[in-house]
Amino acid sequence: MTAPFELTDDSVVVVIGTGAGGGVLANELAQKGVSVVALEAGGRYLPEDYVNDEWESFGQLAWLDKRTTSGDWRVARDFSGLPAWIVKAVGGTTTHWAGASLRFQPHEFKTKTTYGNVQGANLLDWPIDLAEMEPWYEKAEAKLGVTRTGDRAGLPGNNNFKVLEAGAKALGYKEVHTGRMAINSADYDDRLACQQTGFCFQGCKWGAKWSAAYTDIPRGEATGNLEVRERAHVLKIEHDASGKVTGVLYADKDGNQHLQNARIVCVAGNSIESPRLLLNSASAMFPDGLANSSGQVGRNYMRHMTGSVYAVFDKPVRMWRGTTMAGIVQDEARHDPSRGFVGGYELETLALGLPFMAAFLDPGGWGREFTTALDSYENMAGMWIVGEDMPQETNRITLNHDALDQYGLPAPNVHFDDHPNDVAMRAHAYRQGIAIYEAVGATRTFPTPPYPSTHNLGTNRMSENPRDGVVNRWGQTHDIANLFVSDGSQFTTGAAENPTLTIVALAIRQADHIAGQMSQGTL
Amino acid sequence: MTLKQKGISRRQLLAGSVAAGAAFVVGAGFVAAPTAAWAMEVSHLQPATMATLIQMARDIYPHDHVADEYYAAAVKGYDTAEAAPGIEAGITALDAAARGKGHPSYLGTGWERDRVDILRGMEESAFFQAIRGGLVTGLYNQKAVWPLFGYEGESYSKGGYIDRGFNDINWI
Repeated sequence: MTAPFELTDDSVVVVIGTGAGGGVLANELAQKGVSVVALEAGGRYLPEDYVNDEWESFGQLAWLDKRTTSGDWRVARDFSGLPAWIVKAVGGTTTHWAGASLRFQPHEFKTKTTYGNVQGANLLDWPIDLAEMEPWYEKAEAKLGVTRTGDRAGLPGNNNFKVLEAGAKALGYKEVHTGRMAINSADYDDRLACQQTGFCFQGCKWGAKWSAAYTDIPRGEATGNLEVRERAHVLKIEHDASGKVTGVLYADKDGNQHLQNARIVCVAGNSIESPRLLLNSASAMFPDGLANSSGQVGRNYMRHMTGSVYAVFDKPVRMWRGTTMAGIVQDEARHDPSRGFVGGYELETLALGLPFMAAFLDPGGWGREFTTALDSYENMAGMWIVGEDMPQETNRITLNHDALDQYGLPAPNVHFDDHPNDVAMRAHAYRQGIAIYEAVGATRTFPTPPYPSTHNLGTNRMSENPRDGVVNRWGQTHDIANLFVSDGSQFTTGAAENPTLTIVALAIRQADHIAGQMSQGTL
Repeated sequence: MTLKQKGISRRQLLAGSVAAGAAFVVGAGFVAAPTAAWAMEVSHLQPATMATLIQMARDIYPHDHVADEYYAAAVKGYDTAEAAPGIEAGITALDAAARGKGHPSYLGTGWERDRVDILRGMEESAFFQAIRGGLVTGLYNQKAVWPLFGYEGESYSKGGYIDRGFNDINWI
């Protein structure tokens, strides 16, 4: 059931984007009786539509609008037009995500205090802390059905996990398990248990993995308070002479433009599109873009320190079977500067199918060094490295006026240089990952470079002081009271953990705040 | 496509063809395996050009357990009016590079290491990069190739691996 709202209805909250941030926010507001229009650039795909074929699924779901890259990261060379591997669809990247759902550690909300001055890093403490977030994390874990939280059991370990676990334990690692995953280990919340099918990244055909596409979105729509307009691509946020936002201009699937009025606008287009939209909404009153008095819009782009380690054994692993990321080693997630870097990292199982392995194992590689690796594909195990990267002001999303998108608007350029801390942490993680596999008999290992970013963070960061960031502790922009940011671009710093759980927890909390302020008449 | 499907006998094939390197025979409008295990018609590229392109594809991504027909399928898409001039020019340059190193042609270069040496010399060229980049999907995204690597593809239609070996290794 949808609730059609008029374009002229200026009582609605407009949410831009329907992923982990926007999709959850839209539903949570609708559940509280707030009228919401959610504008989603992509189409609607449900489990019956998902395709368990890597390239075909990529063509169905990936955000492939014009983007450019710069900086010393290898992605800029190997995938110059594809800085990020994220989704354009109702439910956003919650269709594609692997399901890893970890809370931040206490110190990760206070990195400036904990890490001190790190040269070249634009560190800042979050204006909130873990104690404040705990009840919201608990709600998020219940919503997502996160395993190993509440009374939910862990997932069983697949072959890839068995290899990781044995190697990690041989090295003396203690915190090794099948992860805290938003993938059902038993039927939960009208969703099936995981059938160990693989293809978690291509959308879960069983619905065992939480995705906003088939949970929060339809539940919000069922209230009658949420209207999701798909294939509605927002071009600009409008404001009045007082500086309050008044609505958004968007293009429908036929390219026709419409203006949807709004009482409040919440931006949740991810850390590339959200700052781009604020910058593209520049006006005579806000010549540097909306909510940008700090100059921080688009800056401090983080993508996590990532990389992968694959290893070949003399016997089969068949890593593609089963849950892709249900396996983790957490011992290195701590902050321990004696390792030569601040912050920490997680090691998580990862498998790619043969087509993506060929594309990502060593982009640009060829010849027998490359092909003998793939010859052993069946005997390969894999892990992903995800660690905290340093926010840097110069890592940023800017408007590229020489590259226009399908609407004639400047495309986003994504500039990223590794910080020396990122490089040191990656080197350490490669060593440890290789050691894990060698401990159980790997005959060959591959320290594989980062893929296009799946974790995009920090470009509208949260700060106590309006001078230091874009939004306050509620995700409300410092400059414009009725303009919010509701996605991972709020992150002040990135932490070592996969970000979705924190994005969801912040969205639930933000919905509570917005609804409360609306009922008090202060918004 | 096999010869049987094309309705050509091995005798007819070999009567109308000449050897192109060790791996291929070419004739009017086709490239085939000397064993006649497969043959491919070409409409826009010279048959010898296609034969060289197939060898180049194998030399870029050599898998000894993957037969030539899969490499042929991976590059067949270049046999179009639009793509052919660029491919002919690229293969002409490849043959010239081979002669520059004292070989009669690329296909006439006997050792893989010598052919790879020729390819290394043109690794930065747009032609090489286009062929290499195209092969990443052209070769490895062929469903018929997957079983040769043990890759099983989708499992949803079989109910996933929950009862079919998601945790079946016992050597660890």
